Order: sequence, then structure tokens, then C-alpha cells
Amino acid sequence: MSNLSAIFKDHKAFIPFVVADDPDFDATVKNVVALAKNGADIVELGIPFSDPVADGPVIQSADLRAFKADVHTETVFDIVTAVRKETDVPLVFLTYLNIVFKYGYDAFLKRCDELNVSGLVIPDLPYENRGEIVPIADKYGIDIIPLITPTSGHRIKMIAEAATGFIYVVSSMGITGERNEFFNGLKDLVTEIKKYTDVPTAIGFGVHTPQQAQQMAGIADGVIIGSAIVDIVAKKKQAAPAAIETYTKQIREAVDQSPAKV
Amino acid sequence: MKTMNEDKQTTQQTGRYGKDFGGQYIPETLMTELEKITKAFNTLKDDPDFKAELNDLLINYANRPSLLYYAKNMTEDLGGAKIYLKREDLNHTGAHKINNVIGQALLAKHLGKKRLIAETGAGQHGVATATIAALMGFECEIFMGKEDTDRQKLNVYRMELLGAKVHPVTTGSMVLKDAVNATMQEWARRSDDTLYVLGSAVGPAPFPAMVKHFQSVISKESKKQVEAKEGRLPDMVVACVGGGSNAIGSFADYIDDPSVKLVGVEAAGKGVDTDRTAATIERGSVGIFHGMKSLFMQNSDGQIDPVYSISAGLDYPGVGPEHAALAQAGRAQYVGITDDEAVQAFEYIAKEEGIVAAIESCHAVAYVEKIAPKMSKDQIIVCTLSGRGDKDVASIAKYKGVDIDE
Repeated sequence: MSNLSAIFKDHKAFIPFVVADDPDFDATVKNVVALAKNGADIVELGIPFSDPVADGPVIQSADLRAFKADVHTETVFDIVTAVRKETDVPLVFLTYLNIVFKYGYDAFLKRCDELNVSGLVIPDLPYENRGEIVPIADKYGIDIIPLITPTSGHRIKMIAEAATGFIYVVSSMGITGERNEFFNGLKDLVTEIKKYTDVPTAIGFGVHTPQQAQQMAGIADGVIIGSAIVDIVAKKKQAAPAAIETYTKQIREAVDQSPAKV
Repeated sequence: MKTMNEDKQTTQQTGRYGKDFGGQYIPETLMTELEKITKAFNTLKDDPDFKAELNDLLINYANRPSLLYYAKNMTEDLGGAKIYLKREDLNHTGAHKINNVIGQALLAKHLGKKRLIAETGAGQHGVATATIAALMGFECEIFMGKEDTDRQKLNVYRMELLGAKVHPVTTGSMVLKDAVNATMQEWARRSDDTLYVLGSAVGPAPFPAMVKHFQSVISKESKKQVEAKEGRLPDMVVACVGGGSNAIGSFADYIDDPSVKLVGVEAAGKGVDTDRTAATIERGSVGIFHGMKSLFMQNSDGQIDPVYSISAGLDYPGVGPEHAALAQAGRAQYVGITDDEAVQAFEYIAKEEGIVAAIESCHAVAYVEKIAPKMSKDQIIVCTLSGRGDKDVASIAKYKGVDIDE
């Protein structure tokens, strides 16, 4: 188990996401550092996949830009090495299982351990197959972050009870990408999760405005923002770190002002 | 002693084949839905009313049983084994795909679904899904790679005629794999009233088992038919493999008969040694994609490679998990046939037997042309013609340098 859970202890967490090597190596390092220095509690780094079935068009395009920059799994580890020279911000990877499987579960997790990466979010690894990787992750003290969705229903108990690090609560049906409406039972969903575990929760999928971030941080222990930041990276290009700084500060402030846990 | 099928029963329950192919590797959003489908399928498949309803539609709507046709001219011309063709091309909608969609549509009805969504490559599965949706009153949306909507325009129009909405998919390489991605995404968006009618023996459990179950009618029939004609089992069963639905259906009832050699024919494209191929079992490696652990065409990082075949129905970068297991166990053999060989077979079977067969099926025919002369005259081959070739006439003409107006 990593020390991810402890991050949520005395404040609501802000967890931004960027895709590694989008649009290139140096830009990713600068963007991650900008996130870390302006209030991100944990940074989620996406390892691109050729067929990201859980992701919407914004992240799909980011993956394509990364492939254009000739990203490999090893490139991503090199990016983390460079990031680690500037910040010790807690990091988690988000990627699809085949990337980890092909590298070798043990070899991949060993690299994570060496680079002080605390956890993995793997959207196509449901509870039923956690046994393939969790024992190896445990050996290196790395969390396999589970996802719970509005459709999880009777599955919530078993997923929550097995969770470590934090629980990624999916805000609504479908795939990643900005949206204006969320599942209206999110509060109940988080309450239900809390019945089974003390592991913190963070809501993601579609959150993009400070108001939404504040609202979600009022419901859960943290908020995850992906596509909105990836969109800044895409649109601002060289000026992305400055734009990220402004945006991160806004979100940080919004999250900190969210009402305390009910 | 346990038979292989008994072993398979146990593997089917956990959705695993062989060592650990198969499984369920899919976003949490869809897991509850998969549980419901698994439960419904396991109950319904042995339910007398469901079986009666399925059988009635197979006979009275899909035109089953399909013929087992003795290909006399081919047999004499090739001068070796006796060749029988299992004529799935004569089914309603012109391919084996109807067998599976009838089963899944009935399942959808029992689950109270209102809408069917599906991927399609060549368009045959899309047409079959649109057909059953029209018959049974489902809304229907089909996802098809833009590349494929261009090379199979006739089938696109056919689906629209049947009342389906066709979405050209413009992500990735814009072929079958991308159509599967898009359909899964749509299913994640809206699953409460929707069933994803998967067309091939791929995807997360229970789809590979379910597609096999509904397609196994092919081998159940052919076994009876060949026994009636010849009084014995065939020596070899041959079928083409993309994801592997017609092949698993053609093999199913023979898997426990070790004397029957099973041969799956993959699309080698420009050649198995080139990078323009779709011969997954020969060239692929173990990976996890589209909900299953199986063999995939991928690079050393685990990124899925683009694949190529002249046939829109076979250019899929993976293969069904049971095929991966059958290959690993050596129970079935998988061979590659190139574009050129398949096109030659397309012309050959048309001229010899007066049958215009799908370019997918012609991969199997091309292998029969190679192997039959090496076998003796008292041996028997059953080759599945998975579909008819009307849809391919224009593109084969183009391949041969003849420009005809569709």
C-alpha cells in the first residue's frame, strides 16, 4: 500500500491528468511541474494506448499526438525520471491493461516503485481480474486504484472493501470528456461506498469548471480533472504551463472552499 | 475420463479457455450489464421455450438447415479428397451471421431491451442485426469503419433500407477494430435499454461462449448431413477465421472427435511475412484487448497494430479466445491465405461450381484447393462457405483492374 490515502486526510484533493508525451517530452515535464507547483495533490499521467475505449475524443487526440512524438512505454518512464528531478508530487499512471501486461506486471511495477509512482488506474481491469496484478503491486507497495460507477450497484461492496489508495468514482455513464450533467445519485453512491471502507473517494469524468470541482469536492474526498487540462495542453501549446498554472490555482481555490464532508 | 467438452463446460463458466485465454477485461461501467447477460444466457440456453422460439426462427425465417452440398466439379478437378460445402451463404441475409443475431435478439427481448447496437466489418453482421431488428421491432444502430463503409457501400444502403442507422467510424484505422471500439463506447453511454450484439466469437465473457453456442448449429447440422450422405465423419473441417465466429460454429460439434482435423484459415493479406497481414494466430502474441485475453497483432509496447486484408470481414487484429486455446493445444491448425490466393479462389469456385462466395469464405476455399489434391479420394473435407459474394463483386473487379459502376 502506498501513502496515497494519507493525502486526503486533512483536505480535499485535486487530481489533474495529462497524457505523457503530449505533445512532446519537454512539454509534458513542464506541464506536470506546473500542476504540482500550483496545487495538485496527485498528478495522473496517462500512458497512451492505441485503442483507448474508455476515453472520449479529447484524450484520444492527445494519445495520437503522443504517438506522433513516438511515445513508448520507456519514454513515459523517462518523463517521470525528468519530473522527479523537479518535484516529488505523488504520481499515478492511467493506462490500459495491455500496456502493463506486455511490459510484464512485475517489471512494470518495479519501475513504478523505482520512480516513486504510487498507483495505477486501469479502466479495463475490473474487480474480477485484480488478482492478476494486485499481489505483485502489493509487493512493491503500489495501489491499483479501482473504479466505481453509477451502474456498479451490488458490486460496490466488494470493490470498496478491496480498495487501497483511493477510489475513482465515475461521475456518469459513458466515456471521458467534458460534460454539464452528472449522475444525480452521486451523493448516495459515495455514501454507500463509505459504508464499506475508509479509503478516500475522488470523482472524475467530465468535471471541467471550478464550480463543478467545488460541487464534486463537496460530495467526495477529491476531484479528478482530465479532458479539460488535456484541452489546455492542446490549445495553448508552448503557453500551456502558464495556462495550467492559472487553471490549477482556480480549481485549487474552488476545491478548498468546498463544504466540509457531510 | 472427462471429454474435452466437459472441460469446456467448466471453462465456459469462468469464461476461460485453455490456460487463461478469455476472461472479462472491460470497464466497470459495463460489468453489471455483463453479469445480467451471463445470467440470462445461462438460463435461457437450456430453456425449452427459448429453444423452441430460436429453432422456429432458424427454420422459418433464416432458411435452416443450410445445405451440405457435394462439390462434384471441384472434387473431380482437384483429384483428391471429396469436397462438401456447408452453404451458410444460402441463409437469409446471405451469411452465417443470422444464426447468432437471432439468438442474441431473443436474449435482448427477454432482457427487456429496446435497442440493438453492433459493429460490422464487411457489413454482413450489420445487415443481419438490422434485419432481425426490423423483424422484432428493435431500434438499431450499426458502427462501421469509414474505410469499410467505402468498400461495402451496398451493405450500408441495405442496412439503412432495413431501418438501421449506420455510423461511419473515423477513429484509428477506420476498420473493424475501430468499429468495435465505437460500439463499446456507445454501449458504455447507454446500456440500460440496449444490447451490444457482438458478431464474432470475441469480446468479454460470455460473448465468445454465446456466439459459439448460437453458431454451433453449423456443425450440428453438417455432422448429421455428412453422416447421412457418407455414413461417417469428415476427415477435415475448414473455415475462414477473422474473429472466428463461423469457424468456431463449424468446429464446435467436432472438437471431441479427434479423427476430424480442424483447420482455420486466416487472412494473410499480402503475405504472413509482410506487415500487410491479418494472420493473428501465426503472427500475433498474447495480449489483453476488447475485453479478452487472446492473441493479438501488436507491437512490443502492447499497442495494437493495424492489420490488412482484402476482406473487410477478416481484417481484425485479434482472434476469439477459444481459437487461441485450440491453436495452443494443437487441436486446430491455423493457416494463412493471401489476397491473391483468395481472389483466385473467388473466380475458381464461381467457374467450377457456379457459386459466387464471399471473399472471406474464399480464403477457406483457397486452402481446400491446396490441400484436397494431397488427400486421398476416400477422404472427406467439409468447407464452410460462410457467406455469399455479391457484396464483393465490384471490389474484386476493381482488384482485377476492371472498373464497374456499383
